Amino acid sequence: MSDVRRFAVFGGVYNNFLSLEATLNDARALGCEAIYCLGDMGGFGPQPDRVFPLLRDVPDLFVMQGNYDHSIGNRLEDCACGYTDPRDNYYAQISYDYTLANTADAHKDWLRDLPTEFRHTWAGQRVLMAHGSPRQVNEFLWESMCPDAFLEHLLKSYEADVLFVTHTGIPWKRELEGGRQVINVGAIGRPANNGRTSVDYALVEVDAQGVRVDFREVEYDHEALAALMREEELPEPFVETILTGWWTTCLEVMPARERAAGVY
Amino acid sequence: MIDLNLAIDRPPEGPAPELELRHLDTLWLQVTGTLCNLACRHCFISCGPKNESHPFMELEEVRRAVETAAAMGVKEFYFTGGEPFMHPQIREMIALTLEHGPLSILTNGVLIDEELAAWLAETFHNARYNFDVRVSLDGTTPEENDAIRGRHTFEKILGGAVRLHEAGLNPVFTVTTCHAELAESAGRQRFFDLLAERGITRPRLKFLAPFKIGREERRGGAYEDFERLSEGMLDEEARASLQCSSCRMVTAKGVYPCPILIEEEGARMGDTLDDAMGPIKLDHPACYTCFVEGVTCRT
Repeated sequence: MSDVRRFAVFGGVYNNFLSLEATLNDARALGCEAIYCLGDMGGFGPQPDRVFPLLRDVPDLFVMQGNYDHSIGNRLEDCACGYTDPRDNYYAQISYDYTLANTADAHKDWLRDLPTEFRHTWAGQRVLMAHGSPRQVNEFLWESMCPDAFLEHLLKSYEADVLFVTHTGIPWKRELEGGRQVINVGAIGRPANNGRTSVDYALVEVDAQGVRVDFREVEYDHEALAALMREEELPEPFVETILTGWWTTCLEVMPARERAAGVY
Repeated sequence: MIDLNLAIDRPPEGPAPELELRHLDTLWLQVTGTLCNLACRHCFISCGPKNESHPFMELEEVRRAVETAAAMGVKEFYFTGGEPFMHPQIREMIALTLEHGPLSILTNGVLIDEELAAWLAETFHNARYNFDVRVSLDGTTPEENDAIRGRHTFEKILGGAVRLHEAGLNPVFTVTTCHAELAESAGRQRFFDLLAERGITRPRLKFLAPFKIGREERRGGAYEDFERLSEGMLDEEARASLQCSSCRMVTAKGVYPCPILIEEEGARMGDTLDDAMGPIKLDHPACYTCFVEGVTCRT
């Protein structure tokens, strides 16, 4: 028996039941004793109800509410994603209306009642998981927009040594002084604007030395997902992202630094 | 006959709301004060070549404010003026600020020649944190823009922005909605078409409502009596969404709640950031614009 405990942390499912299944299989094959989902089950992808059998009533899986889940769960009119650009909002609304219309009531109720943060102590470190940030569910924590001192402030204010978040869709991690760290786990439902069709989740190893986090790349049948998205008549720019790994929408909320790495 | 207008012409009853600073997320720096190479007709602090109401900040003043805010855990910095690129030490200011966090600089673009554009693009690529340049443009034709920003400015502004873009830094265009239709979809499309013609194919646009103070008061008219906030009008969500719940503005003359109010009587909060951590009173009509229009000066 190894002294290393393993955990998986992911976010941003976006109706992508195929990448969700692949992520869970990968984490379980690596011996993760618990898997944490940081929210946003809906949006973007096809056939919303197909993610729930993989997420609900699973003993090793702990699911948190994101802003999208709060909106769908409470049958609100939009996703409260925080976009400012009308084009982003146009596509986001198509996808939100589709998700709201195609999510069963029982699943909506489940989303409505999910917890909004997780806390653990791993190797003596206080671990906090939140959706956007610990202080605001739809706050974007982009790598290029988070000064070290700001992250230190968040950790101090929310009494944590290790913080996991999602919401932006692009993974990054930062080590701070004293072994403290902040990890944005990215999203498994949509590629990270890097030209890869694969997605990433955070694999956590905990032993006497502390908490180590690495990103784990997951391939899945993205062509099957794209075909299904077309069948469902979802916006073609979304399909393009799945097939190319480049974002075509939500670009205006992305900082210039992250955007410069993409093609749009 | 009842005059229905009466009810909305009166100022709201009750005291102006107080707003706590939740956390200093955003620090604004008025690096060139009210000195500008243009004298736009909608400028809410009446900047121009001769307005020395707020003078240039010294490099050490900027350093002190940036370091103080960084120690408080600030999230982002903004430079504005006047025209920031008039400052002889602007590059040192940009470099020292980017050591501590992301920076947006608000400019009219006129002074951005090829050499400066190359330096800004290099800074963008090498900085640890995000660096944005926001160029103000107030129309898609010379007639439309120059009526606000001054004669012959349209081509000068676009020229600076295009040089930046060609150097590898994609600027944000900020448009005030003095021409209200510009913010609508047809107006946006006109901007997209114009910028595409100039080679800017991934356009970034931000629209801001005008504030009816400073020179804009003479151009577009003053606030009405009813345009005031009162205690009952703001719920928690509205409070959190007002930028002044998480920002302060530093000029050579002291610290203010936000970029809009630096020329308003009674708005000055103190000499240093430490003096300005208390609540503010939203008793100015410009506060009404931020609330009603959902204005945030953030990029």
